Amino acid sequence: MTDQPRVHDPNASGLMLGPDVNRDVPAGGGQMVDRAVPADSSAFTHEYGLEIEARSQWGYARRRFMRHRLAVASVVVLTGIFAAGIFANYIAPYSYKEIPYITIAGTSVIDTSQILAHPSRQHLFGTDSAGRDTFSRTLYGIRTSARVGIFVGLLSTLIGTIIGGLAGFYGGWSDNLLMRMTDLFLTLPLLAVLLTASKFLDSSTPTTLAILIACLIWTSIARIVRGVFLSLREKEYVEAARAAGAGDLRIMLRHMIPNSVGPIVVAATLTIGTAIALEATLSFLGFGIRPPTPALGALLDEGQEAGLDKWWLVTYPGLLIVLIILCINFIGDGLRDALDPTQRRVRA
Amino acid sequence: MPEPLLSIRDLVVEFSTEDGVVQAVDGISYDLYPGETLGIVGESGSGKSVSTMSLLGLIPQPPGKVVRGEALFKGTDLLKISKKELRHIRGNEIALIFQDPMTSLNPVLKIGAQIDEAIRTHHPDEKDDRIKERSIELLRTVGVPNPDRRYEQYPHEFSGGMRQRAMIAMSIANSPSVLIADEPTTALDVTIQAQILQVLKKAQDETQAATILITHDLGLIAELADRVVVMYAGKVVELGDVHTIFESPRHPYTVGLMESLPKLNADDDWLRPIPGQPPSLISRPPGCPFHPRCFLSQGRLRCREEEPTLRPIGGSAHLTACHFAEELEGHTGPLVEPVGAGV
Repeated sequence: MTDQPRVHDPNASGLMLGPDVNRDVPAGGGQMVDRAVPADSSAFTHEYGLEIEARSQWGYARRRFMRHRLAVASVVVLTGIFAAGIFANYIAPYSYKEIPYITIAGTSVIDTSQILAHPSRQHLFGTDSAGRDTFSRTLYGIRTSARVGIFVGLLSTLIGTIIGGLAGFYGGWSDNLLMRMTDLFLTLPLLAVLLTASKFLDSSTPTTLAILIACLIWTSIARIVRGVFLSLREKEYVEAARAAGAGDLRIMLRHMIPNSVGPIVVAATLTIGTAIALEATLSFLGFGIRPPTPALGALLDEGQEAGLDKWWLVTYPGLLIVLIILCINFIGDGLRDALDPTQRRVRA
Repeated sequence: MPEPLLSIRDLVVEFSTEDGVVQAVDGISYDLYPGETLGIVGESGSGKSVSTMSLLGLIPQPPGKVVRGEALFKGTDLLKISKKELRHIRGNEIALIFQDPMTSLNPVLKIGAQIDEAIRTHHPDEKDDRIKERSIELLRTVGVPNPDRRYEQYPHEFSGGMRQRAMIAMSIANSPSVLIADEPTTALDVTIQAQILQVLKKAQDETQAATILITHDLGLIAELADRVVVMYAGKVVELGDVHTIFESPRHPYTVGLMESLPKLNADDDWLRPIPGQPPSLISRPPGCPFHPRCFLSQGRLRCREEEPTLRPIGGSAHLTACHFAEELEGHTGPLVEPVGAGV
């Protein structure tokens, strides 16, 4: 028999197919055929003159999202709010700790006329009991809240995806172990743990507070990812990838995570909202961000100490908290509808 | 006879289910020689897929379990090597073509990326642009028009036939020496099936791979296979080269399979199906597993009591597992009375 099983060379020459393919190849060389590829693939037209507009998954998702008016409006509003927070140092008329001084008879004293001033042109949201501009402080508060929210969103998504992913992919005892751990975290009284932990850890900076929150609220993402992975594990393309020799990590990173991006993104978005609410709660209770760094929750706390007749101190930061979380939830809803691949109907 | 490339001996695969242990594959043995196409036919549940999947560690474990047997591939027993070694063989030395191209491609990855992936898995140090060129070349080989544009497209932009071509491109990406095609055309239109067969033949020619073709389609076997393994209830019941099997089948089950095919040249009003159902693999009938449905057995005691073993008949290359195979000699025409007639 002449056609013996060819010895497989794991190097480049093993890539070659048959005589037809490697005819241009110098003998013994592992060079691939250098074939000119048309640079402009968009010049392609179907041979029968039929042009089919190809849409990617993301194209469909974007179209569906754009139809969700509330979500689109929320994106606009939220972008505006977050941009105002991020660029607070350019927008804010005052610094967040600027106390108005006037000079009387050669000595500098606090301008008492500026303390607890009503909203005016000079101070859009009024001033607080130290005479600081509430509008400026609110802008900086948004910055703090956004930073905490986004950081928690990223970190808890990372933790949740890893734990949920491993549990769903391997199943069996590792699933049991990881999910019971998740259950344990879910049973913890969130606020009590946060309050205790923030007393022992120095949680006065946004970063430490964010890490603390993220370590407690990754559980919902872990459960979602586990569920998605459990169903993806049975997919034929996962089996096909396994049959092609792909290892566990490759299958998870290349096949399962990209196919669970939808639910993960939705869950991550909603987590940002939860995190901002939690941060506000903690700061309100005096356990979160420490003064003088303004946070929306801390502003509320200062406001209620000043008395309810100083309505501007609680109204504006409070409204902003509500608005931010509402927007995030609407965006989450919009994403959920847009990223659900089973929904492909086209509304006019 | 050359040395077999893959040699399976006494393979037993069990699945534990709530109703009991199912012996999906019950002591099968066959060889695959270099360059040949071996067809495995049988009904659903006859163990034809499980017998090959288990070699590559692709059956879910648990509930599945390879109880015993050996599968020598180039001198190594696939059932004994580590997971890592097996992974190196999968997709590299032994590649699979799946049944349904609609679900076997990842919907969120571009076709090109998936073929790249198949190459990169086994050639991690290869440069990206060379892998891409190779992938485009593969798409060209399997007859995908405009391969460099198709490379950038997603599976949903491919038709079923094109997807199966892409699957074949992926499977031959690393020039495997064994290609396992599990019902490669079942999910496709009849018109596309013929095209895919051509592609499959071309892929075989180019890679010189020995092919195991798993199917219930005797037409496909006649078209592609050199030798045929007929499986029933987890056992090999007949084995021989394709001409022998088609011209002088020596197992009543094989005869029944052929009788149940519609023929264009015969003036039959009724097809002749095999009566009854395949046996439950939990409570196997004693003796020959086929005897309750067999027209040859006719209640003979030996069929009910003694399990037949594969034995040569009319030449060493033709094996049958029937006690009374000799009675089929000379029979090539219809043997069974039409069961459905008049009902």
